[in-house]
Amino acid sequence: MQRLIARVMPITVLSPTLIITTIFVYGFIVFSVVLSFTGSRMFPRFTFVGWDQYTRLFANPRWDVAFDNMLIFGFLYIALSTLIGLTLAILLDQKIRNEGVLRTIYLYPMAISFIVTGVIWQWIMNPGLGIQKLARDLGWETFTFDWIVQNDMAIYCVVIAGVWQVSGYIMALFLAGLRGISADIVNAAKMDGAGTIQTYRHVILPELRPMFLTAFVVQAHLAIKSYDLVVALTKGGPGFSTELPSTFMYAHTFTRNEMGLGAASAVIMLCMIAAVVVPYLYSEIRNERRSA
Amino acid sequence: MSVAALETARTGEPGAEVDWGKRGSRFAVYAALVFMALVFLVPLMSMVFTSLKDMDEIRGGNLLAPPQVLTFEPWIKAWSEACISVRCDGLSPYFINSLLIVVPAVIISVGLGALNGYVLTMWRFPGADWVFGALLFGCFIPFQIVLIPMARMLGLMGLAGSIPGVVFVHVVYGICFTTLFFRNYYASVPKELVKAASVDGAGFWATWWHILLPISWPLITVSVIWQFTGVWNDFLFGVSFAAGDNQPVTVALNNLVNTSTGVKEYNVDMAGAIISAFPTLFVYVVAGRFFLRGLMSGAVKG
Repeated sequence: MQRLIARVMPITVLSPTLIITTIFVYGFIVFSVVLSFTGSRMFPRFTFVGWDQYTRLFANPRWDVAFDNMLIFGFLYIALSTLIGLTLAILLDQKIRNEGVLRTIYLYPMAISFIVTGVIWQWIMNPGLGIQKLARDLGWETFTFDWIVQNDMAIYCVVIAGVWQVSGYIMALFLAGLRGISADIVNAAKMDGAGTIQTYRHVILPELRPMFLTAFVVQAHLAIKSYDLVVALTKGGPGFSTELPSTFMYAHTFTRNEMGLGAASAVIMLCMIAAVVVPYLYSEIRNERRSA
Repeated sequence: MSVAALETARTGEPGAEVDWGKRGSRFAVYAALVFMALVFLVPLMSMVFTSLKDMDEIRGGNLLAPPQVLTFEPWIKAWSEACISVRCDGLSPYFINSLLIVVPAVIISVGLGALNGYVLTMWRFPGADWVFGALLFGCFIPFQIVLIPMARMLGLMGLAGSIPGVVFVHVVYGICFTTLFFRNYYASVPKELVKAASVDGAGFWATWWHILLPISWPLITVSVIWQFTGVWNDFLFGVSFAAGDNQPVTVALNNLVNTSTGVKEYNVDMAGAIISAFPTLFVYVVAGRFFLRGLMSGAVKG
């Protein structure tokens, strides 16, 4: 009896989670995929229309804008915060006094919500009273920074706010990576007469390769899912100029009664995430098993 | 990758640092670090300054000018008077909603995660890795893919628009992270400990309670902080699944800032932003180390 309980208990404890995951993650994914092949508008209706919603989606200029914005935002967000994060990590790794204080400062934006970040930066970048006014007050009369109200520039405001929020996190990832490199390797390079720059280029940065990968996956997945920041910062505007796939999905599903189209856009988002995350998770779990 | 590794250089142990030689370059390093610290701090500073000015002073000054005449009016207005949609009680009722959402969501998801992690590491069963992988993917899905069916499901469960409904959603999509944390943590606990306990006759629960729980507190802290931050800062689930009066503070703040009619009151907006960011900022300042550890584990590698 005791044995039976011992055999059954683990699976019993795990089963709520398994059921929840089966229904609310995988079941729901299936549901949304099915919906994306229907003509659902305000409510789910199971009249199948084949690939129509996808054809409509890719022909939709608003989706085009959303998709292009995601690429621009994703690329700059990843590139800039990796650059800033890595630079900060390398600088912090030089036996800096008060390192803890500096780290705390760099990382605090990660503790606040995207909504608050959006509200802050909306204030800072508003042309009337924000940075533009500051620079003019300081005597630079012709200074203009009104990207947030410019159709073709507003997406870069989203990039600025996003990079400000995430750079500290990337810094922490790289710093942990740097601290994990054995002093022996670095000393050996120095012994061989390598200068500081050379040591970084040829010894330290290659050792950080796993961190680059982690940072990329984390940021790419944040970029694809990004929603709140745009809502709070620009409301997707001016016009639809800062629309992202997530805001497209929300608007079409819940306010424009285009549930089938909304579901199709959600499926595309899922595919993009899966393309980034699945290979990463697979290799993580495989490595772990190998080292176990 | 661990936070312990991050802490080493602080105590002066050899890290990966390289000799930069000259004093000048050391000065440049400090200058760059301090400059960046300012870049990170200025938005917060401007937010505090602005929240303490009246609108006339805001229009006359600039975003870095300290307030000449301190006023707490914007704070009072943001907390208890500002109109959000049709209700004019400020952010306070929504702040309380967030508390009512975050407390049960954190307790339930961390509790389940701890037990799941225990099962997945100590009681191996065939296919455990696959189950874990499938669970893990759930952490990363774009939630847009579940919004439509979840809205239907909450309706069927009679939880549509309610606070328990939002709690439920947070638990459902929070367990994968808490499970991940505890699994990776328990994986570093020697299996012999558990085996010895079961030889001594301790059952499933006794083993967890007496052997693992006592050493779990750091991880419980990490998970609680992670979940607290995530749930408090959530917007998408709040805006999708909470009806008007049940909305969390993030949704209310966004409504306050972005749908207000008439003159835009930046001081009230900023006070509101600080109020709604306060709980997570406070936790960060008090327990930053645990927050950081969560971020590191959240990047999957334990």
